Amino acid sequence: MNQTKVIITDKLTKRFGGFTAVDAICFEVTKGEIFGFLGANGAGKTTAMRMLCGLSFPTSGKAMVAGFDVYKENEKIKQNIGYMSQKFSLYEDLTVKENMQLYGGIYGKSNAFIKQKTESILTELDIKKEANVLVKSLPLGWKQKLAFAVAIFHEPEIVFLDEPTGGVDPVARREFWNMIYNAAATGVTVFVTTHYMDEAEYCNRVSIMVDGKIEALDTPHQLKQTYNAGSMDDVFLKLARKAVRTGD
Amino acid sequence: MRTLKFLLQKEFRQIFRDPAIIRLIFIMPVIQLMILPWAADYEIKNIQLAVVDLDHSSYSQKLISKITSSKYFQLAHYSSSYESALEEVEHDRADLILQIPPSFEKELVKEDKAQLFVAGNAINGVKANLGAAYIRNIINDFNQSIRMEWIQLPRFSAQTQIEVTSSNWFNPLMNYKYFMVPGILVILLTMIGANLTAINIVREKEIGTIEQINVTPVKKIQFILGKLIPFWIIGLFVLTLGLLIARLIYGIIPAGSFFTIYAFAALYLLAILGLGLLVSTYAATQQQAMLISFFLMMVFILLGGLYTSIDSMPRWAQIFTKFNPVSYFIEVMRMVVLKGSGFADIKYHMLTMLGFALVFNGWAVFSYRKRS
Repeated sequence: MNQTKVIITDKLTKRFGGFTAVDAICFEVTKGEIFGFLGANGAGKTTAMRMLCGLSFPTSGKAMVAGFDVYKENEKIKQNIGYMSQKFSLYEDLTVKENMQLYGGIYGKSNAFIKQKTESILTELDIKKEANVLVKSLPLGWKQKLAFAVAIFHEPEIVFLDEPTGGVDPVARREFWNMIYNAAATGVTVFVTTHYMDEAEYCNRVSIMVDGKIEALDTPHQLKQTYNAGSMDDVFLKLARKAVRTGD
Repeated sequence: MRTLKFLLQKEFRQIFRDPAIIRLIFIMPVIQLMILPWAADYEIKNIQLAVVDLDHSSYSQKLISKITSSKYFQLAHYSSSYESALEEVEHDRADLILQIPPSFEKELVKEDKAQLFVAGNAINGVKANLGAAYIRNIINDFNQSIRMEWIQLPRFSAQTQIEVTSSNWFNPLMNYKYFMVPGILVILLTMIGANLTAINIVREKEIGTIEQINVTPVKKIQFILGKLIPFWIIGLFVLTLGLLIARLIYGIIPAGSFFTIYAFAALYLLAILGLGLLVSTYAATQQQAMLISFFLMMVFILLGGLYTSIDSMPRWAQIFTKFNPVSYFIEVMRMVVLKGSGFADIKYHMLTMLGFALVFNGWAVFSYRKRS
């Protein structure tokens, strides 16, 4: 495996007034990795992810994403990352094709690229017939897959997924993870938060955040051994129970 | 540039797909311009008059019929008791009481002078004031006509009389619609411009799509232009529609040039859209945006000189109107449409509007954050 580090954080911290949402987290993510970012509600996952995506200013600490500094070069980072937020955020009053055209266009991709990429995604997701259907009329499972496809439309180095499979049925979730694997196989680094522990098992490495700090970081297999647990579920429970903060 | 093209394409697709916006753009101006100018009229008609006739003479009858034959007054009540007339006023069935004293005719003929008493219901102050003024005029007229009857000869009246004739410049027939329609058009443009922009952006905040845009390399200025340009075009379209209605229904043809109107409107829309943008950066939800816009709109309209003359406002309120973009556009519209003013006459207004546009947009760009 190529050992280039695409995300490096060093004591990255975010405070809101007296409240420390993210408390000096340090970790590295390797190129092509599927990195699971776990934690209870309110542990600070989304805040950490928003800092890495350039949506939120860090209070202190350092972070490099795709080789760029989050403080000074956040616009350069944006060209090289994809992001799928907790909320479904494609334009529902645009069609499937129009959404892809829009996001391809604002990342500066050529018309030929947009056309060819749109075709390949429609084929991959098997939604050729729905190409000109408004996104709002698609079922949720399809929307999520489409959102992921749009997030990596411009072929970014890293894609950030914030609870991408919330509220989706098990079949659609399995399909979603197949898409993640396919993307990772092409060299995209996947940074994903989730509450489903079976999904955590699919990750190459997993970090678990408790009260703004990273309490554990290793492969799922190694974590189970360290915490002497039968499943990732048990590992998570053992760590998350230590939390003082309550979720939102 | 290319990014902006994609953003504009997206915005126009969304606008034309939203039936509510289409209705707002087409139906709102038509309805407002067709209904409001007829209702928003200062001329007071149909004043309900209660007459207390204690004289019951032929002169009192003549006077009453003279008053009620004008289109301004309707005889609502006729009695010989002031109390019963007052009761009519209390129940809001009469606006004005005219009391004719018992010896009206006798005094008029014998003593050559008589007194009448007029009381107005000042709950609606404008109506009471104007009603009393109208009735005074009619009585004056009546006074003169009976004098003429008496002094047939000699031709030279003993009393010198000064009569004032007036002519109304720029709106010779004092047609209120000429005055109101341009003003209402301004309000329309303001509401559509500021509200649509504010709601549109806040809606993207609520749905979360704005965050998706914030994580792309789209620049602040591109995003803002992508929002401003479509609504700027819609605003100019609504103006065109409004001017067309003004011409077709009210026969209003601007005395000045259309170019002057459009040039000023283009600048004005920029300022107003900037204001909408500014509202959207401070509002987190569509409700908040609506309430802020509503509040601003109330102040703008009431202090804009549409219904009430700015010159008759108290000093402090007049200063307020200097910070109200609506008042400038209303003034310019009336100047151009009625007086035929050109660029030289509205230079000061243009410069001020440019200032508004720069301040609102600059402030909005400054306070719009891609990163929190």
